Amino acid sequence: MSNSSTLVSVENLRFLRGNRVIYDDINLTIEKGKITAIMGPSGIGKTTLMKLIGGQLKPDSGDIRYAGDSIPQMSRRELYKTRKKMSMLFQSGALFTDISVFDNVAFALREHTKLDEDIIRTLVYLKLEAVGLRGAADLMPSELSGGMARRAALARAIALDPELIMYDEPFAGQDPISMGVLVKLIKALSSALDLTSIVVTHDVSEVLDIADYVYILANQKIIGEGTPSQIKASDSELVQQFLLGEADGPVPFHFPADDLFNTLLGTAQQGVKK
Amino acid sequence: MNYLQSIGYNTLNALTGFGRALLMLVGAIIAVPQRKNIRLTVHQIYVVGVQSLLIIMVSGLFIGMVMALQGYTILVNYGAEGSLGPMVALSLLRELGPVVTALLFAGRAGSALTAEIGLMKATEQLSSLEMMAVDPLRRIIAPRFWAGVIAMPMLALIFSAIGILGGHLVGVDWLGVDAGSYWSIMQATVEWDKDVVNGIIKSFVFAVVVTWIAIFKGYDAIPTSEGISQATTQTVVYSSLAVLGLDFVLTALMFGIN
Ligand SMILES: Nc1ncnc2c1ncn2[C@@H]1O[C@H](COP(=O)(O)OP(=O)(O)OP(=O)(O)O)[C@@H](O)[C@H]1O
Ligand SMILES: [Mg+2]
Repeated sequence: MSNSSTLVSVENLRFLRGNRVIYDDINLTIEKGKITAIMGPSGIGKTTLMKLIGGQLKPDSGDIRYAGDSIPQMSRRELYKTRKKMSMLFQSGALFTDISVFDNVAFALREHTKLDEDIIRTLVYLKLEAVGLRGAADLMPSELSGGMARRAALARAIALDPELIMYDEPFAGQDPISMGVLVKLIKALSSALDLTSIVVTHDVSEVLDIADYVYILANQKIIGEGTPSQIKASDSELVQQFLLGEADGPVPFHFPADDLFNTLLGTAQQGVKK
Repeated sequence: MNYLQSIGYNTLNALTGFGRALLMLVGAIIAVPQRKNIRLTVHQIYVVGVQSLLIIMVSGLFIGMVMALQGYTILVNYGAEGSLGPMVALSLLRELGPVVTALLFAGRAGSALTAEIGLMKATEQLSSLEMMAVDPLRRIIAPRFWAGVIAMPMLALIFSAIGILGGHLVGVDWLGVDAGSYWSIMQATVEWDKDVVNGIIKSFVFAVVVTWIAIFKGYDAIPTSEGISQATTQTVVYSSLAVLGLDFVLTALMFGIN
């Protein structure tokens, strides 16, 4: 299944949180130099998938390969070596709150390279310029708005020019202008530097514009995959429901629960019966 | 039967907790020291040590003063107020210095460490370090551990020194004990290895235990606001109990059997 153009391959992955199955035997591949979009309802396990790829969680069965090497089976040292080639934009941003935006972006450069402080300065300002935050370099993370924090985290994620970037909801909380800039930035990074990108997002139209390949997750499975045009043309009911954003359909919008009627009226009904 | 079950359950929980704590500590401190880590440790010594200095000095002063006052009223009945110096010095060096410093340290620095690390976990900063291929154990945990272990014995010595001066203030300057006897009998009585070194050893043991509990409780905290507040409370409670319990054991070993 994996060949030389595959960077990450997820094979027969099964993962449980406690007793709840998050993934039941899924397969997917991330091609080198391409933008792969992963979409799916909230709480379905998209962030979990990224953590599995980053080796922060271990699958219950199945395998995840990075450039052919099994991530769950790596020793600590190998895992850390592999992680230097990836980077992840956390859904929450996860900026280091005790250092400035500038130092956040410079962090990985200072940690993993022996570059001069002058060069680091130049690199950091370039990355911050790219996300429109050069003027905010000296602010502390607590002084940023949510959207700004997300962009600062993005600048940090691309600081080391990794092989693979995983963006967990890069567009959340962005106004249309910065959203447009970010979409272009992700596209540009991927084509200019030949980065492999995984983008998790709910912004269907934006991501269908830039993605090379799309996976749609729901019900512990992959319910649809293909190029954006294939996805748009898909006749799968599941996929169409997701793309059009309809609450009623085969994809549940709700976290598994009792019937609403019962939850709301359970006590009232008892009252009536008495 | 349920009662037995819950005993077993809690024992197992405590043991796995201890195992996790041990793994964390081993993962953090077994590493070749690098220059960067030394810099981080020095910064942490400033945070946990230097910033605890004021509370330690003020408490030391008052405890020394109170002891001189109490000691004087008893000793003077036997005309033994000349022994005030050694009484103050020995209690401070052997007991109060290490113990009270450790208790204050747990409240001042330990709780702060727990909250800081717990919040880093809750806001995914630790995860994000891991993903950047920086080991949070080495980067965050280790410097804080070493800082606590280095800072607390020094704080305890400062506590005792200030306490002895406080005793002088009340005993000599206020109540009129002879200054010469306060100092000279103290010098003659206090032994370097028996009193000073044993006090330092105690303080070192407390430092390891208190700092270890503080960082582990933060690292192991449930990453929510309640989780962190619970962990912070546990840090103070567990470290205080551990310090008092260990103090008895150490005292028995050091001074118990002649
Ligand atoms: N630490 C945890 N312990 C137990 N269950 C968890 C934990 N983290 C996540 N989960 C569960 O795993 C499932 C997947 O979570 P995940 O964060 O991957 O969702 P997601 O697809 O990223 O959702 P969103 O789009 O809202 O970010 C959720 O249903 C959540 O309840
Ligand atoms: Mg998520």
